[in-house]
Amino acid sequence: MNTISANSLLWEEHLPGGNHWSGRLRRGTALRLTDLQGGANVSALFFNAEQPLERYNMPDTLKSQHTAFLTAGFVCQSDMGRVLCSITADSLGWHDTWCGVSDAAMVLAQYGEKRYQEHRNAMHRNGRDGLLIELAKWGLGVRDLVPGVNFFSKVVPDADGALSHVPGHSVAGSHVDLRFEMDTLVVLCSAPHPLDARPDYAPADVRLSATLAAPVAADDACRLQCPQNGRAFINTERYCGVAA
Amino acid sequence: MSKLLESTLNPAHAVLDQTCLAGDPWMATVRAGQTLRILDLEGNQAVDTLFYSADDAAERYSAADTIARNGQLYLGLGSRLYSNTGRVMLSIVADTCGRHDTLGGACSSESNTVRYALDKRPMHSCRDSFMHALCHCHEAGVLGMGKRDIAPNINFFMNVPVTPEGQLSFADGISGAGKYVELKAAMDVVVLISNCPQLNNPCNGYNPTPIRLLVWN
Repeated sequence: MNTISANSLLWEEHLPGGNHWSGRLRRGTALRLTDLQGGANVSALFFNAEQPLERYNMPDTLKSQHTAFLTAGFVCQSDMGRVLCSITADSLGWHDTWCGVSDAAMVLAQYGEKRYQEHRNAMHRNGRDGLLIELAKWGLGVRDLVPGVNFFSKVVPDADGALSHVPGHSVAGSHVDLRFEMDTLVVLCSAPHPLDARPDYAPADVRLSATLAAPVAADDACRLQCPQNGRAFINTERYCGVAA
Repeated sequence: MSKLLESTLNPAHAVLDQTCLAGDPWMATVRAGQTLRILDLEGNQAVDTLFYSADDAAERYSAADTIARNGQLYLGLGSRLYSNTGRVMLSIVADTCGRHDTLGGACSSESNTVRYALDKRPMHSCRDSFMHALCHCHEAGVLGMGKRDIAPNINFFMNVPVTPEGQLSFADGISGAGKYVELKAAMDVVVLISNCPQLNNPCNGYNPTPIRLLVWN
């Protein structure tokens, strides 16, 4: 599933490296994230669009699927036992779920100061402030800033749990497809990953491509990934008032 | 496994010494410089714990900041517990268990329907205990706390190993009767605990038991 057919495409948008975006993806639509230059990081938060007290929950997502990372076949679960979105395709095989986002102090310490005053839109931006700016547009704020997904980034533990960021994990053209199972508020920031040791500030640009999704088939790979996912889909269908 | 270090603090000199029964919440303020001990009285008990700035609950324990800033998935002796603004809230200054979890989160009636069976919803859960505490505890009322403030927590005494290939499992507890962890507060913090009632997995050895909480100046 490498190409998007013209008749399913709803819209496309360019997210420059370091920037931030938010929007609503309805149940039955999909969003492809494409790393345009390689080395992208997209920090993502997901909320129930009609009741944002319900939101992506990292522990619930990981423990019900017995995984510490995300890739095709896994779903992003809310804290209410439902599926916000399913990962239906992925060219990478690992997206980080643990590390959260960079903040202003970290970006300043690692990359030095680049303010708008001197550098205009080439200024340095950080993950925390990018997400907070977008959250604020929906009446949300720091209380809603939970651990999200860092798409395109890979961080691995050794046997004792010491973490290392894998450089060069995502190459130009890498992409991941999210199919929305609920009306979802999506909040994104493409600032560098907090453990990326690269000394220069060069976060890659990302293309967002929204499409109409095919209906979830009875033999859907995400639904059948494990019995836990099957029950999370049932909870979601009950909430949405549709038959299983 | 982290190093172990016993405490020199004497329970007879504690300014607070309380027992939290299995399945109960507990909430209290610990001041900067004070030390909190969480003691697993009978062994194999997961203690789901959150920390908030006593001045503003919007500043709270952040699992992601703690993992990224320590460069470490597990908590143990010497771990710093970071807030969502990057400040150190507490540090682990004594530990006789060796490893604590911050990936596994807290059980809820909703997550129980997913993890075990749809009909497990009525079973008591940590997040129901958190909701109860938010509705009843003095500190939660003063700080205006609600469900928005419940973020991924620490599970003291729980063992959730991750392989280098990224597989996550819930292993048998490595705690035993009398094991404890001690945290020294770097700021005034509100502590919110659910003494986990989960009966569907081995995190409490299928037998939730009481814990003891002590604070020293």
